[in-house]
Amino acid sequence: MKHTPLYQVHIDAGGKMVDFSGWEMPLNYGSQISEHHQVRTQAGMFDVSHMSVVDFKGVDSKIFLQNLLANDVDKLKTRGRALYSCMLNETGGVIDDLIVYHQDGENYRMVTNASTRDKDLAWINAQANDFNLSISPMTDLAIIAVQGRSAREKVFIAIPGVEEICGGLKPFNATNLGGLFIARTGYTGEDGFEIILPKKSAEFTWKRLLEAGVKPCGLGARDTLRIEAGMSLYGAEMDEKTSPLEAALGWSVDFSNPQRDFIGRGALENQTPTKTIVGVILQGKGVIRNHQKIETNMGEGEVTSGTFSPTMDQAIALAKVPKDAHGLVKIKIRNNWVSAKIVKPPFVRNGEILV
Amino acid sequence: MSEIRQDRQYTKTHEWILNNGDGTYTLGISDHAQSLLGDMVYIELPNEGDMVSKTDEFCVVESVKAASGVFAPVDLEVLAVNEALEDTPELANTSCYDEGWLVRFRSDEIESLMDATTYSNLLD
Repeated sequence: MKHTPLYQVHIDAGGKMVDFSGWEMPLNYGSQISEHHQVRTQAGMFDVSHMSVVDFKGVDSKIFLQNLLANDVDKLKTRGRALYSCMLNETGGVIDDLIVYHQDGENYRMVTNASTRDKDLAWINAQANDFNLSISPMTDLAIIAVQGRSAREKVFIAIPGVEEICGGLKPFNATNLGGLFIARTGYTGEDGFEIILPKKSAEFTWKRLLEAGVKPCGLGARDTLRIEAGMSLYGAEMDEKTSPLEAALGWSVDFSNPQRDFIGRGALENQTPTKTIVGVILQGKGVIRNHQKIETNMGEGEVTSGTFSPTMDQAIALAKVPKDAHGLVKIKIRNNWVSAKIVKPPFVRNGEILV
Repeated sequence: MSEIRQDRQYTKTHEWILNNGDGTYTLGISDHAQSLLGDMVYIELPNEGDMVSKTDEFCVVESVKAASGVFAPVDLEVLAVNEALEDTPELANTSCYDEGWLVRFRSDEIESLMDATTYSNLLD
């Protein structure tokens, strides 16, 4: 199995290691629920070095990405701006979802999922034949996500110089500081930074953050945090057979420039979405799990990400249901139909319950 | 290393069974099981008086991570369930051999279970 540069640090901290797409990663360091609360109330950090970083350089980078991605990198007018996008196949299905950053001039950086790394690179390279650019998978980097209401100030304490450079950084923007690439982005519904840094600096930086009071958190808490934040997970809410228009990701598909014929556009324009992703809160007892069936007023649906919400102290889920489904529903948990209600995600943002 | 109590018997599916000495038994999940499952958030218990057949899934323990069945080690009659678990399912993590017990039951035959040493070898 593959290891990040922080593998030994996780072992030494008592991390319970699991296989995540071929990477041996910490699920938790004891209590997933404590780690979850740590991020909602203070600051936690995640090793997400298994994610894939790809740099695009060359005169055609922008036009290439405008063709490759469903969202339009033309929105990235200033250096460091970040954009969420799906990368679609010709039938409008999602190959992956990702963040793309405008670095400087003609250069862009993309961060994609670990589980889709190889197919993403194969797809991206296969689209690049007629374009003048270089596509470089960056394999000597680590990524540490520091998240929580006090995450930024703890990063300022831990890493000298960050406050001066990143103190005024707005959400969904990034900047460079020496060998560090610091983005005010995340996957938890809390403020914070995602720090991309050289592998050799990862352990030192992790330990500095520890000393500043940032607690290590595993992939378990990362999942419950992102579900509460109403954020999609590739392979759960969408995949190659799912259109972003049927995964409540229509906001990230940019049709505004009629000249921009991005891959999958034709298929999406001919599509009438019949499903969507909604939030669900269980009203009876139990915990909602992936793939459980849902009965709605508009027909049957399925749980895509079910869990127990530590912040709300009840079971919640994201679910794929017929479009326009609303109100009360029933979820099949083992042999019982348990009552639940549809809500609009997110469930939780910036420490506050919103539903 | 997970804790294994010497005073009780175990099953391959990681339940423990304590003989109360009066023809009744207490059942819970082992330290190994609670540690694998992680933070408990919901525990589904049977009703008092339920007659359960050997190998039936008669309780479900749910952690944040997963739901896991608890199986009847023998034919049994449920005498009592641990109602404290309804509000504090985490007792099955913090005190799996004491306050986190699941069910008290009556049964005629219970000889065929593992002792602590055998269970310990199974975990190795």
